[in-house]
Formats: sequence, C-alpha cells, structure tokens
Amino acid sequence: MTTVPTVSSTAATLAIRSENVCRHYRMGETVIRAVDGISLEVPTGEFVALLGTSGSGKSSMLNLIAGLDRPTSGSVIVEDRDLAKLSREELAKYRLHVVGMVFQSFNLIPSMTLMENVDLPLRFAEVDRGQRESMAREALERVGLRARVNHRPSELSGGEQQRAALARALINRPKLLLADEPTGNLDSHTGTEIMNMLRDFNRELGMTVVMVTHERTLAERYAQRMIFLADGKLVDDRPNDPGFQAEDRP
Amino acid sequence: MKLPDLTELALRNLRESLLRNSLTTVGISVGVASLVAMLSLGIGLQQLASRRLVKSGLFDTVIVSSRREMRGMGREEERNGPIPGESRVLDEPARLEIEHMANVSEAYPDIRFATELRFEDKPHLTMVSALPDSAKSNDAFDGMKGSFFSSDNAPEAILQKSFAEELLGKTPPLGAPEPGVGELAAPLLGKELVMRYAQRAASSTPATGTDTNSVSADDFAGVSYSVVSREQKLKIVGVSDLDPESMRGPTRAKVFLPLKLAESLHVMQATDLREISRASSDQPVYSSISVRVKNPAQIQATEDAIKKMGFTTFSIADASRGLRQFFGVLYAFLGIFGSLALIVASIGIVNTLVMAILERRREIGIMKAIGASDSDVRKLFFAEAGAMGVLGGMLGVVFGWAIGQAINFGTNIYLKRQSLPPEHFWAVPWWLVAFAIGFAVVVSLVSGLYPAGRAARLDPVQALRYE
Repeated sequence: MTTVPTVSSTAATLAIRSENVCRHYRMGETVIRAVDGISLEVPTGEFVALLGTSGSGKSSMLNLIAGLDRPTSGSVIVEDRDLAKLSREELAKYRLHVVGMVFQSFNLIPSMTLMENVDLPLRFAEVDRGQRESMAREALERVGLRARVNHRPSELSGGEQQRAALARALINRPKLLLADEPTGNLDSHTGTEIMNMLRDFNRELGMTVVMVTHERTLAERYAQRMIFLADGKLVDDRPNDPGFQAEDRP
Repeated sequence: MKLPDLTELALRNLRESLLRNSLTTVGISVGVASLVAMLSLGIGLQQLASRRLVKSGLFDTVIVSSRREMRGMGREEERNGPIPGESRVLDEPARLEIEHMANVSEAYPDIRFATELRFEDKPHLTMVSALPDSAKSNDAFDGMKGSFFSSDNAPEAILQKSFAEELLGKTPPLGAPEPGVGELAAPLLGKELVMRYAQRAASSTPATGTDTNSVSADDFAGVSYSVVSREQKLKIVGVSDLDPESMRGPTRAKVFLPLKLAESLHVMQATDLREISRASSDQPVYSSISVRVKNPAQIQATEDAIKKMGFTTFSIADASRGLRQFFGVLYAFLGIFGSLALIVASIGIVNTLVMAILERRREIGIMKAIGASDSDVRKLFFAEAGAMGVLGGMLGVVFGWAIGQAINFGTNIYLKRQSLPPEHFWAVPWWLVAFAIGFAVVVSLVSGLYPAGRAARLDPVQALRYE
C-alpha cells in the first residue's frame, strides 16, 4: 500500500490538528469567510460532531480535513500530514488510504453495481481483482448487503445506499471516517441504523469519526464531543457522554 | 489504476451513453474508411501499373547494342566510352555472357527485318520480328484471338491488328470505328502467309533454297558470303489487338515469328555486312539483343554491368523512377484527403468527451473524493478516447475494404461493358490495416488530450456540488 509524506508531530495521539485555519472564497467583490481561523485538536479514536446552522462552515471544515480543499491560510495536520503542503497526487493518495467519506446524498455511482461501487477505491489502490472482490464482499456483508451485491444504487432504498456508501468508505481501512450529514436524506429509523454503524466502527475499529450535522440530538446521542461553528468560527467545543443516551438500539 | 481496470471502466462508461458514443465511433470509422479507401486505391493503382508495365516488358527489358551501332548519333556513351574500333562485337559469346549474369532471366537476339509477305497472292511489305517463348506472358497478347506459337520453331505467325486489317483490306478511314479483333481474326486464323526473305549463307555452303536468285559477295576483310532469296510458308495462329512493340516506335514490327524459327532462317539484316567484317569467329553476330531482368528493380545494376562490357544499353528505368515519384505524390494527396475526414471525426471525439465531462462531473468528483488521482481521471478519459479510436479504426478498415470491393465490382461491370478485361485495382495490405487503426488511435488520443486534462483538473468540491 502506498504511503503519503508525514510531518513530525509532538502529539502522536492526535488524529487531527488545525491551527488558525481559514478558507476564504471570493465572489465578485465579496470575500466569503467559510472557515475563519479555526484551531482544534481531535485525538485518535474520538467521535466528534461538527454542529452549526447552514452556512456556518462545518462542511467546508470537513472538506479541508478530507483533503478535498486547501486552506487559504493556517494548517490542517491529519495523522502527522500537513495537508496544505501535499501535492495534488499526494492529496489523492491521502484520500485513498487515510480517509473514508460518507455524504448526505450517498454519492454512489449510479451506473455501477454495489460491488463495483465498493471496490472502486481498491481499483485506484491497484489491488488485484481476486483480493478486491473478497474485500468488497466482506465490506458489504458487514453492512448487511450481501444479497444486494449485484444491484444498482437506483434499486436500493436510501438506507441501503448509505450502508453501501459506508462499506465503500471502510474498504481501504481508513484511520479517519468523515461523515457529512449522513442521515440527512434518511428517515429517523434508518438514520439511527446508520448512526449505530458509525458508532460501532468507531468503537470496534478504533476509527476517528468526524460527523457534520445540524441535528443536535443526533450529536448528543452518538458523539463524544460536540464542536459548534457559526460564521466560519469555532464558537463552542464541549465533551459529551453519548453512552448515556445511545445504548438503546432501534 | 491498472490497465485492465482502466479498460474495463472505459468500456463500461462508453456503454452507458451507447448512442452518442456509437455515433462518435461511426464518425471515426467513416474517417478511417475514407483514409483506407483512398490509400488502397492508390496502392491498387500502383500495383496495377507495375503489373501492367512488368507484363509489357517495358520495365524489365534492356536493349543492348554494339557501340558501333550508335556511331555518329551523339550518344554520351559513345563520347565517353571506348573508341569504336575497340568496342566489343555483340556476338553469341557476348549474348551468353550477358544471359549468365545474376539478375538476367534471358537474353535473346533482336531479329528484325523488313520483308515481303504474300497473302492470297497479294504482296505486302512489312516489318517482321522474332519473339521468344517467354513473350507469351506479355499483356499485348492478353486480348489476342487465336493462340501463341505452338513451339519456338513452329512455322507460325502472329499478326498485329493493323496488319490484319491491311491483309483483309479493312483499314478504316481516319476517325472511323475500327473493326474488332475477333472480326479480323475469323477469316485469317489457320490461313497461310508466304514470306519472301533474303538468306545470308557462307559462300562455301551451296544455296539449297526454293528460290534461284543468289548473289555472292566478298567483303573487304576477305570473308565471303552469299545472299539467297528464299520463301517460308507461315500459318497465321493469332491476331493481337495491342501492340507488343509500342516502345520501338517506327521500327516496330507488325508480324511476329517464333525466335528459333527466325534464327534458323538466317535472314539477311541491314547490319550484317559490318558485323560480319568484325567477327573474330564464325559465331552469329547480332545488331542488338533484348535482355530481360528477373526484377525491374535490378535493371539499373544490370545496365551498368552490360555497359562495362563495352555495349550500349537502353531501358526506360528513368521512366520507372518517375512513376514511383508520381505514386509517392499520389499517396500523399490521397492520404491527406483521406485523413481530412478523420480530422473532422476527431472533433466529434472532443465534443463527445467534453459532453461526458459535463454529464459525469459529479461522478468525477466522487472518484476524486474516494481517492482517484488526477492521473487516474486523465487516464480514464484517455482510455475512452483510445477505445473509440480502436473500435472506430477496426470498423473503418472493414468499411474501407467494403467500399473498395464495391467500387472494384462496379468498375469491372463497366470494363466488361466496354469489352475490356476485368482488373483488380484495389489493395488493402496488412500494413495499411495496421497503419489505419494506429492512426485512428493516435488521432483519438490527441483528441482526448484536452477533455482528459480538463476532467483531471476538476475541483472535487465543485464537482460534488454539481447536480
């Protein structure tokens, strides 16, 4: 498996560290400060919720952590890698090997079957076909979609699609799972199902999870820590005890 | 991404927009078909011309004569070569020496004389020449009525069409339609011609011919010979439509005899007196001989070797070089015109792939989000362009071949109606198939450069927002 360059870190147990990170966009004469000087630290294995209203900068912050976007200033260091200093190719390798992502709209490729969607990251990682198939099958089994491997996304319910997206996010065994409104398009029952899976991956696989949501109750129920953003700034950062609310399964 | 995965994904993507990608592929195939059709026409025409010219004997024949023959004609060889008194005699040993050269298939004496032929008691003066057995492959005899000589010494004659017209008194007035060769041959084939000729004989040999007039002479070197008037009956076996001696100009013959027969007749020729005076032995001496080479490409080397022996040579190799140059230019023009359609098709590829980027913008964003690099995305679009090129190229070669067959078929129907033999002037060699497919792939990949680059540079955040 290919690795990406690392930087030395004084806090090896930190999964994510951002220092005064900014992401500004220019729209005509106006400068939009999507992320405006956020500094935070996320220890390895923590389940963090980024909360805020629409336009608060939570998704922009998640994109910076995911290496999909670059900060205008400041730094984002994930698993000892300073993302701002990575080249485009290195960022692609980082996204392939370090990060798994789940989106509100699932983002499965409609022309591919579930099996093909799930094994797509393995193709980019140049894993042999045989190994790829067994890994994809195992990941789909883990999310309860063994019987659906040859179905296309359009043939599945929203919950099943999100489970498939989770299987794809986990296929490369990432250290960091980033979820952008993972239950936004799901009913509450299915949403709970997905959230339980996220919590299980966090607990069983020791994965650091950063979830963007605007539903405070969801964050309180599952996240160990809640970070509140408003107008691109960090306005509150508080610990949470999810075990207290979330032990009951639906 | 590995090549098999890349190919699989590219083909899957092409299948997703089947109609549009099929139309683009058909566009490429039309371009390739046009290229193949144009070039295969050029190649076919060149092969036809080469076949015709080789068959005509124009490009594989060197006419060799003694330098003395050229005296006073201002030839460069004469000026630069050995002085005439020292030039070699073109006799039987010289002929054999030439015939045994590596590239030479045969060297035969050029027997050619003007004489009187009687047909139904009417005399006709004409030029007669001798043909070797190998001349039967000459395409001048392709449309011949009757047959070639039954043997190399049979007392038979083949007439050129214009002489047949003369014998039958059917010479058409200028501008009037000529009678067909079949019409002329019917009353002549199997009939007898009587050839009167002057036989050269050594004076010691008593004349034993059927005629009585004989003249004997002593030349200045003391060699004595006799000229005896003789007759030879000849059976007309063929009438040829075309002129096998078209390159000979005014000395071309209208009546042809088998070579061995002509040699055995010892017909007195215009140059005999001079050559006999120079002969060092009693070997036959020739005014000129025709040398056929095994391959027209070796004609220049053969000519040079013969010149070194002290003879003058003549061939139309220079014309052959000109012909090759002509076909080179023809290829270039046909290739350029054929490629134009492919260039137009390449714009179709750019259009298709740019449309695909717009449609698959989100898909590109997803791929980047889950770890695809810029080069993965670039390669994927490249592979799609290349796949269209390969498919279009293969389809185009089939189309081009079919177009060629159709045109060949149609033209042969026309030739048949004009009473001309069918021809195959269309050729699709393997190198052209490989070149056409390769060219289609290269053009497709070049066309894919811009769209692939554009797809690779897509910002994943923007792409994921696209609905």
